[in-house]
Amino acid sequence: MNLRPDPTFYPTAKIAMEAPVETVAFTLMLSPDGSQPDGLAVVDVDPTSDTYGDIVHSLFMPNKGDEFHHFGWNACSSALSPLTGHAFLERRYLIIPGIRSSRIYIIDVKEPLKAKIHKIIEPEELFEKTGYSRPHTIHCGPEGIYVSTLGGGGEDGTDGPPGIFIMDCETFDILGRYEMDRGIQDKHYDFWWNLPRDYMVSSEWGLPPQFENGIVPEDLLSNKYGHTIHFWDLRARKNIQSIDLGENHQMALEIRPAHDPAKEYGFCGVVVDTTNLQGAIFTWWRKEDGTFEAKKTITIDPVPADADDLPELLKGFGACPPLVTDIDLSLDDRFLYVACWGLGEMHQYDVSDPMNPKLAGKVDLGGIVKKTKHPNGKDFGYGPQMVEISRDGKRVYWTNSLYSTWDDQFYPGERGAAMVCADVGKDGGLTLNKDFWVEFPEGYRSHQIRLEGGDCSTDSFCYPSV
Amino acid sequence: MTTVTALWWAVIVSGVYHGLNPGMGWPLAVSAALMERKTSALPGALFALAAGHFLAMCAILLPFSMMVTLVYWEGQIRLGAGLLVIGLGIYLLINRKHPRFLARVPPSKLALWSFLAAMAHGAGLMLVPIFLGICAPESLNAGHQAAESLMASNIRMAFVVAGVHTAAMTMAGGALAAGMYFWLGLKFLSRTWFNLDVVWALSLILVGGIGIMTASHTTSI
Repeated sequence: MNLRPDPTFYPTAKIAMEAPVETVAFTLMLSPDGSQPDGLAVVDVDPTSDTYGDIVHSLFMPNKGDEFHHFGWNACSSALSPLTGHAFLERRYLIIPGIRSSRIYIIDVKEPLKAKIHKIIEPEELFEKTGYSRPHTIHCGPEGIYVSTLGGGGEDGTDGPPGIFIMDCETFDILGRYEMDRGIQDKHYDFWWNLPRDYMVSSEWGLPPQFENGIVPEDLLSNKYGHTIHFWDLRARKNIQSIDLGENHQMALEIRPAHDPAKEYGFCGVVVDTTNLQGAIFTWWRKEDGTFEAKKTITIDPVPADADDLPELLKGFGACPPLVTDIDLSLDDRFLYVACWGLGEMHQYDVSDPMNPKLAGKVDLGGIVKKTKHPNGKDFGYGPQMVEISRDGKRVYWTNSLYSTWDDQFYPGERGAAMVCADVGKDGGLTLNKDFWVEFPEGYRSHQIRLEGGDCSTDSFCYPSV
Repeated sequence: MTTVTALWWAVIVSGVYHGLNPGMGWPLAVSAALMERKTSALPGALFALAAGHFLAMCAILLPFSMMVTLVYWEGQIRLGAGLLVIGLGIYLLINRKHPRFLARVPPSKLALWSFLAAMAHGAGLMLVPIFLGICAPESLNAGHQAAESLMASNIRMAFVVAGVHTAAMTMAGGALAAGMYFWLGLKFLSRTWFNLDVVWALSLILVGGIGIMTASHTTSI
């Protein structure tokens, strides 16, 4: 417990943008075949440092086969609301779930170069206390730490629906399920909220048998992956509305609400439209009467390709789908970054008018067909995937792995881990930084990135940015 | 300064102390005005917070105001109240966890939140020994008063104490909220927020202790 609020808690997104810039990044490393333990890489992102772009410390777990994916902080700017009563927590621990093992690690990164394991929650405890499995997204909020899961109970995670559970933000004890009334929600992926307006939005990927051993083409073509987003009364823990984006909009993944809580809209990325292979972004918003609506505001077309250039899975289509796998919104709510993992492109949209996004910048890198090299001459395996934006909005970092078994289907063969950085122009525009390139240890892939002191997909702000 | 004057100052100072603590809610008034984009939402939210706090004070003080009529037991009641307040202080010292049910209150119900927050932190109990001290001089003359009128005057006194305390709290919190809203900006939020958990628990113990000391003093007379 601190005597003053943690200096990395910011009342508004605007104040967060003005805070000192990040000097280290935390990146998850996963062993795709489970032959080595997964780990956390501490990456030097301070351009003035001699070790810029190097992994300056690595922490490997005592288990194998966890499959690290997403992770988050124990505390963020959400603590600055008197309503939460957690004003004196420290932003000190990273909560890292194993999406395959259902094990959860609490890592103490108070001194990033001495990052160490603080606590391990074994899968049995999670199963017993929540009936959920395969923990995924982490956010800190009013009742503690909220964790979304992708699986229910039982061996294959289909015994009961997946959902969100709550952890105590000081002891990290699992407190139990979040939902009191889940409505029709039966799949899960991401979630985020607007704290003062008291609503939450959640999304759907698929159930564990639909992803653990690779994408199931028959399920995709029969539109059996998730295509609905759910709106919740956050504190009443109740599903108040579900919007079906249309069954052809398969895999509605990342939910990115405007950071300024005075704004009542946000975005959701859809991986693939099964009618035309497009990737899509929906804008959702809350209306005067408190109900929600969603509309498709960005489409990204597939690119025709020779069957010889495509993996087995896509040969029949004669085109490379964009595969919108991750999106991220800058803290000023101005630029939305859209990773097109299949095409090998990172798009930057100006979403100042959320109903009318405009492409403002683009970077080609990797890709199923294009295989664009990095400006430093190196091969970038796979495509741009997990993206994270610096608080000031001037740097965008990304890695290249989607999910072990899916990587192998879309990009057969081991293509190597990568983490790169692009600089943002004053009024948009995106340019790869040719001096920033992270070398990962052999046999690992890279996934989500977290920046020191918070970034654009962790902190929830309680006060408007005026 | 007479004891009674000192006690009234204690009522006011404790109000200012509650009011300045962001944990008691004044940042929510700034938030309300910013969210609704209208200045009038600021006093509106302060009023809701004040109403909840006032109710919490009354909910604790009124039962004690009725008990004070049991003049014969006055010393014991004050002793018991002092012990209760000390007990809560010790409990809050050991158990630093914030009650989770408070996090379930929707942000739109500020008065309810303020009421529950004040109850959970023993803000009303902190006033009890002070209140009993203020009532005591009157009870000393109780022999000359009918029980009924004594009770009425004590109930009135409970409302006055709760009112003065809440007014002091609202003015202190309101001044900070207005200062931040009009001039300082939210950057100053973190600078005005101190972890008072331990100080708070110790104040309960202190107030309870003073209550017991003055109680035994009066009983011995």
